Amino acid sequence: MEKTSQDHSELAANFNKDEERVDWHDETLWWIRQKRDKNVHQLPEWETLREVASQIKNNVLSRLHIYLKQFEKNATYNGMIVHWAADAAEHNQIVLDLLQGRGVDRMVKSKSMLTEECGLNEFLAEHGVEVVDSDLGERIVQLAKEPPSHIVLPCIHKKKEEIGELFYKYLGTPAGVSDPQILTETARQHLREIFLTRKVALTGVNFAVAETGEFVVCTNEGNADMGAHLADIHIASMGIEKLIPEKKHLGVFLRLLTRSATGQPITTYSSHFKRPSLGKEIHVILVDNGRSIHLGKPDFRESLKCIRCGACMNTCPVYRRSGGHSYHNAVAGPIGSILAPNFDMEKNADLPFASTLCGSCSNVCPVKINIHEQLYKWRQVIVQAGLAPVAKKAGMQVMTAVLSSPGLYNSAGKVGRWVFKYAPFAVNNQLNPWYKQRDLPSAPKQSFKEWYLTNKA
Amino acid sequence: MSSREKILNAVRANQFNGPALPDIEFLERKGKGTPEKFKTVLSSIGGEVFYINSLDEVSRIVARQFSAISRIVNLVPGIQIPTQETLLENIDPAQLHSVDLALIPAHFAVAENGAVWVTAEDLSPRVIPFICEHLAIVINSGHIVPTMHEAYQLIANYNYGYSVFIAGPSKTADIEQSLVIGAHGPRSLTVFIKV
Repeated sequence: MEKTSQDHSELAANFNKDEERVDWHDETLWWIRQKRDKNVHQLPEWETLREVASQIKNNVLSRLHIYLKQFEKNATYNGMIVHWAADAAEHNQIVLDLLQGRGVDRMVKSKSMLTEECGLNEFLAEHGVEVVDSDLGERIVQLAKEPPSHIVLPCIHKKKEEIGELFYKYLGTPAGVSDPQILTETARQHLREIFLTRKVALTGVNFAVAETGEFVVCTNEGNADMGAHLADIHIASMGIEKLIPEKKHLGVFLRLLTRSATGQPITTYSSHFKRPSLGKEIHVILVDNGRSIHLGKPDFRESLKCIRCGACMNTCPVYRRSGGHSYHNAVAGPIGSILAPNFDMEKNADLPFASTLCGSCSNVCPVKINIHEQLYKWRQVIVQAGLAPVAKKAGMQVMTAVLSSPGLYNSAGKVGRWVFKYAPFAVNNQLNPWYKQRDLPSAPKQSFKEWYLTNKA
Repeated sequence: MSSREKILNAVRANQFNGPALPDIEFLERKGKGTPEKFKTVLSSIGGEVFYINSLDEVSRIVARQFSAISRIVNLVPGIQIPTQETLLENIDPAQLHSVDLALIPAHFAVAENGAVWVTAEDLSPRVIPFICEHLAIVINSGHIVPTMHEAYQLIANYNYGYSVFIAGPSKTADIEQSLVIGAHGPRSLTVFIKV
């Protein structure tokens, strides 16, 4: 993914320049959140399911080394080939070796946030391998040379007219066509040709079952299955935290996943891969890339329970109004903001601050990750490590001084109210980021303390 | 040290006292799922349902619903479509890309989400239900479970090489959240419920 030196608020400011688009983005994601609610409320046992899922995932994380070995043993017994990758570079090399070993230089790939995390497409391109993303949203951002902005809805930041322009430029649609029906049909024909001719297909993994050595991939489009069944070699890349202990636990997670993600009762396809067809190969790559270190942080390891539904993004007031690209990380939004500092705290020190800490993310999380509490904890770790932005640090120091001195606090309040009343331009100006795209309510005449002293009688 | 050892050691070093696996049997419901519920949910996600009394009816309904199509593949025992083609063993899966309609059997259906469960032994090659333009699936009305918990109870010991829950036609809403049916897979899904 593209590296950037801009932080979340600078990138968000960029996104906020087009107010109409921000409103559309905000309302569309909220609409998905409402679809989620409508679907979820039909299940009286919803909260029980969340609790059970959380317990299963906690159990997995506490015994992960056992489940990993169990999965490896069973998957191998089933005829799949299991690889281990300590980091992104090793993962990418394994994929390249599999391709080069067979003289293949073209691959079709369905959605995998892990390969975004590993920068697989860029790596393979450098080595002369062409990768085509087959999920429609991913294909669109790939043509636009952008990373996905949402883990479930990769091109949610794009308007159909922009997509029409991309298709005009790359896929030969007439200029000015922006009808989603026509654009989708064009992509169908274009990608069909890709599916029919690629010998290697890579997919992500939603769940891998230790007990049976199988893995499950969920899509609505059918692109993972089209790629995998038409290719000779299916490579499935998964983070080591994707394991679940037993097959029956799929019942819990498949009931939660899509209801949380898009408000559908289940994805169109929930495909269980256990043995390759005759003459074909399935390779599973188990990727660590920092997860085992993450596991050793009691305050933060619960984020490894994530099943990548994206519900926390759809509900987040900051994500909805700042867009996925402002998070400069493969996984955006609240969950991305607590995952990213594990990989690189310095580079991602801004992300835990890109939140109001309202807690809506934790409330919708299907596996009950305490997302907003972890955001708050990361802030403390980041400030203690001296990585807070200078302005924020200075501001906090002033706040500390004012809040620890009652005299200073009282007079600061008076001055503040006077300024709001007689000299609002002193605070509401371009130098104060608070006033970007928003306003403050007018200040009260007196503080609560003054009111109380006058009225207590 | 191999990466396998390195990863397992690092993971083991950071394991903690976690909870035991919760009992999830209490989530299972007594009784069967109803065809009505299944039909309501599947219709809401773009599928179409026909009740049939005998498999003979399928051929007539297919002729009516899919009048303009030519290439039909049928994998359901007991059904004979006059124009169906016989699949060669070891056919190159890519040669199936012009199949207009595929009929396949399913083991059972799930009422809560409109899904049917299909396994590889009934699908040779596996790509059939994805590559066809239209898909039709035949189930028995006695084989409908209420939720995914009973579904996994049923298939607990089933040894498949590949299996898939299919719920509705292939679809996408990636362009401005506008729903489009027929992304990469079938443009329609018809389920015949034999009562």
